[in-house]
Amino acid sequence: MNSFGYKKAASIEDTLEIKYQNKTSSFIAGGTNLLDLWKYNLQNPSELIDLNGLEDLKRISRQQNGTIRLGALATNAYTAYHPEIENYYPILSRAILSGASAQIRNSATNGGNLLQKTRCYYFYDMASPCNKRNPGSGCPAIEGKNRMHAILGHSKQCIAVFPSDMCIALAALEAKVEVFSTTGTRIINFDDFHRLPGDQPELDNTLKSDELITAIILPQRGFSTNYSYLKLRDRNSYAFALVSVATCLELENKKIKEINIALGGVSHKPWRNKQAEASLIGELPTKENFEKIASLLLKEAKGFEYNKFKIELAKRAIVRNCLMALDPSSQRPGAQPSL
Amino acid sequence: MNHKSKITLNINQKKYILELLPWVTLLDTLRDHLDLTGTKKGCDHGQCGACTVLCDGKRILSCLTLSVMKDNSMITTIEGVAQGEKLHPLQKEFIEMDAFQCGYCTPGQICSALGMIDENRAYTLEEVKESMSGNLCRCGANSNIIDAIMNYKNQDHE
Repeated sequence: MNSFGYKKAASIEDTLEIKYQNKTSSFIAGGTNLLDLWKYNLQNPSELIDLNGLEDLKRISRQQNGTIRLGALATNAYTAYHPEIENYYPILSRAILSGASAQIRNSATNGGNLLQKTRCYYFYDMASPCNKRNPGSGCPAIEGKNRMHAILGHSKQCIAVFPSDMCIALAALEAKVEVFSTTGTRIINFDDFHRLPGDQPELDNTLKSDELITAIILPQRGFSTNYSYLKLRDRNSYAFALVSVATCLELENKKIKEINIALGGVSHKPWRNKQAEASLIGELPTKENFEKIASLLLKEAKGFEYNKFKIELAKRAIVRNCLMALDPSSQRPGAQPSL
Repeated sequence: MNHKSKITLNINQKKYILELLPWVTLLDTLRDHLDLTGTKKGCDHGQCGACTVLCDGKRILSCLTLSVMKDNSMITTIEGVAQGEKLHPLQKEFIEMDAFQCGYCTPGQICSALGMIDENRAYTLEEVKESMSGNLCRCGANSNIIDAIMNYKNQDHE
């Protein structure tokens, strides 16, 4: 473990200035991922810039245009239990509460959730090669133990998955990410925030090194009538998803007016296929139609020795979750995901 | 750079003024600097919950928390749960229900349960199990731990 300096930022401008002066510094908010990575010697910042003095970024507020602004420094627990989120964006509460543990959710922040690292075992094991950690060194996961790994959008360089639950709901809700730098504010569509590994698996997202996430913007529509989040994993709580599905559904005259489906645990980013979603518009919300979209979503899937099962698992999870979205009572607090 | 910061922590109703290097976790501060060894180091990576303490009333993992980031915070550890020699009713329930074997996870379990009760979000057995899933017990006393917590909740201390 290396040593590091520590500064507490007094303002956003101050934060960016410290970062500009020291390129090897890191922002720290909740620290639940960064300190873990630091203990594994995977991240070695020369200086930590503590963001927790930036009180404005801890708020959750409804904007005049009806959108919701989730401060980047609001904790996961505060967000999940916030009345605006519980009432109008219940899929987000549900997804957040299915992730991590109560203790971690009390510290971890919304901005940090977007930036968390993969839990690929080879990435964490300093003795193994890893293209994400050490570009060009190879990917042992492709021929190795790959139960937790990607089946969609992977590359010859990397088959790691992005582990967030919260971000799967944000993808289905079509949130936006607000980032700030010395050149001003930039708004990033959620779909463009995380990236596929391609030839540069060391890059998880499109955030630039001089940018700070300041907020997540939720659109006016929260799909609070027909929604569902389903997470399948090796134990019932406190484990990362093998497959997770977020479904946001809007019905009109008993037909599908809009359907957004995001998959977690299967790719380097929250997985959406808007073309497949469009094919269901105007159709009836039946099991057969959901099976159709499940096949479309997994059409390009390619599994590896230990994770092939995830292709069929994902298809069934999509169908089950879309049917659950028709019955909001399946999402009441504490309800077991079942049909 | 890398110099000590002067911070104030209120731990179990007692004020401590400390000079700490930035990378000292709250867990190491408690155990190595203040001899408050009730809080346990299990995995040191946020996976087991043995290091759970209450910070400003909320349960957090002291192993993934830097003390310099908690300047002026109010910390409660297992040493602050009893009143002198008088055990907290939840501690009594743990004894009554045989809710431990080796006892290593117990301080974290009790702090976590007190944090959970204060959150007032878990009511049924299923919800309590889910809410306590960040605290592992390798002896297999889990079911007794949950029973002890449910007994305490049902006594209407909330």
